[in-house]
Amino acid sequence: MAGIALTPSGDFRESYRDDTTIFPTKVSRAVAVGSVALLCLAPLTGDRYLLSLMIQAGYLGIAALGLNILVGFTGQISIGHAAFFGVGAFSSAFLVDKGVPVFFSIPLAGLMTTAVGMVFGLPAARLKGLYLAIATLAAQFIIEDFFARARWFTGGVAGQVTKPFSLFGFSFDTNETYFYVVLAYVVVMFLFAANLMRTRDGRALVAVRDHYLSAEMMGINLTYYRTLSFGISSFYAGIGGALYAHYLLFVSVEAFNIVFSIQFLAMIIIGGLGSVMGSMMGAVFMVLLPEVVQTAVDILSGSAIDRALGLAGAISFIREMAIGAAIVLFLIFEPDGLAHRWRQIKAYWKLYPFSH
Amino acid sequence: MNWELLFQLTLNGLIVGALYGVVAMSFVLIYKASQVVNFAQGEFLLVGAWACWWLLTTFQMPFFLGFLITLAFMTIFGLVLQVVVLRPLIGEPVISVIMVTIGLSIFFQALMKWMFGVFAQPFPQIFATERVNIAGLEVQSVYLLSLAISVLIMAGFGWFFTVSKHGLAMRATAFDQQVAQSLGISVRQVFAMSWAISAVVSAVAGVVVGVVNGVSSALSFYGIKVFPAVILGGLDSVVGAVLGGLIVGVLENVAHFFDSEFLNWGNMFQIAPFYVLIIILMIKPYGLFGTKNIERV
Repeated sequence: MAGIALTPSGDFRESYRDDTTIFPTKVSRAVAVGSVALLCLAPLTGDRYLLSLMIQAGYLGIAALGLNILVGFTGQISIGHAAFFGVGAFSSAFLVDKGVPVFFSIPLAGLMTTAVGMVFGLPAARLKGLYLAIATLAAQFIIEDFFARARWFTGGVAGQVTKPFSLFGFSFDTNETYFYVVLAYVVVMFLFAANLMRTRDGRALVAVRDHYLSAEMMGINLTYYRTLSFGISSFYAGIGGALYAHYLLFVSVEAFNIVFSIQFLAMIIIGGLGSVMGSMMGAVFMVLLPEVVQTAVDILSGSAIDRALGLAGAISFIREMAIGAAIVLFLIFEPDGLAHRWRQIKAYWKLYPFSH
Repeated sequence: MNWELLFQLTLNGLIVGALYGVVAMSFVLIYKASQVVNFAQGEFLLVGAWACWWLLTTFQMPFFLGFLITLAFMTIFGLVLQVVVLRPLIGEPVISVIMVTIGLSIFFQALMKWMFGVFAQPFPQIFATERVNIAGLEVQSVYLLSLAISVLIMAGFGWFFTVSKHGLAMRATAFDQQVAQSLGISVRQVFAMSWAISAVVSAVAGVVVGVVNGVSSALSFYGIKVFPAVILGGLDSVVGAVLGGLIVGVLENVAHFFDSEFLNWGNMFQIAPFYVLIIILMIKPYGLFGTKNIERV
């Protein structure tokens, strides 16, 4: 209901066009354009560490958005998203290795991941909910096993080295320059997702989620839309993975394990299922969580708690525990995620002194 | 073809498969009673085995005392999990419930690694290691013991569900919660009880595996191996779970045999059950014994 409270007075929607617009008011459009422009200035701060966090949040956010289209909009659960992220990373590295310029290899990697996603999406056409969750769990292990085995594709256990993004001879190999590449992809992919939700196809996906039997009776082809949503989700994962590959310039086989998959699920739950911007909030949360844990451990270092528990040596375990605890706590106390909380905060300030 | 090795591996598969069957049974127990797919089943094994190991090594307890305390602890552990974490989520969509168990799984896995380290720890010597000769095959006595315990647990489950009052109450709840409630069965208690029993039984399996192979975080992989077993047998069938466990146990060993003898792909031991899982989901998603859902609007 927070959404209704947010509509400013005088904004009467008189046509379907008005009702489905991305930015309902001039102010919201200005805020969106302004914040992208502000982000363009971020490299000027010169804080490379901050930039690296933002780049991570960017490519993870793209992949998380893909998962959100599958889970949040279509109601199909996937526990193998990291494997598809990995397919994207290895595909791009593989194509670059075969001589394709990086500029083309990233979208091509997205398409290759879509193809792989479709193979595993075929059972998805018949399955739903929990059965699909188990099928994607199997996909996670099968693809992970494939990475370790397919030396021609992934370089085997040694991993795959790849080249930085370059355009017209200019190489985007520093944090400052690569940031713009990721930002451009983030803007394009998020606009695409927001627009998708305004089309017939996007509304069909939501209908499949809300009541698939009613959707089918309204003439929505369930098989088609479930497979489509799996394909789109894999495409986003592939793009995210490719951006990851050309940022780190090295792709290792072990990176795409089930814990990483669970992190993607955690992102969309924390950000908010079925919210485009929530995916990005969740990704930012998940990137900042290790930093917060690190800071907390640093503050406690030397204290009695540190000596009793041996915090410093267990930092990676504490991070994993924090991820697990974040999932459980959000599901119990804030099941609609950060996006919902953000709407409530906005609604509160809109009516500030007289809010009830 | 090396027949002797094949037989040996099949026997191993049956022994391990019986353990899978036990874990799958306790997974199905939770699913039947409370419609929760528990992705944290493997962590029950892990927590139980580590708790028992800790009691035995730190306090030098005799095995049976430590074992009993572990079982008591696991009862409370299962109850607390159900009441604190799962109860607020009753009525939430299936995705939320799945995710919360995944969250629990990753949390406890990391906690156990933190508390006990990442390396496998052997149990203190409990039973003398002897080798028994069965039809020309050498089998360690601990393996036979583990098989015996598995069969015992399965028999116990059979008794529980067909004779005991609580087991019948649980079946009634699984059949229809409202009808069960109107007959005076406390559905809340049944939910809590199913989690407690499941935790205890899984912990027994965890201790058995720990005694045989040592305790390590690899134990939580049993929770993943449960999925091929239960999908094969049908998600809501206890008999199917046992059979599925046995089939998966034999399958992975036979796949390992054919892999090492002929194919040389490597790692088939771990992966073969998942290929089977995908195939089963494509052709017969309700498994061998599962109830087929008929949906009406």
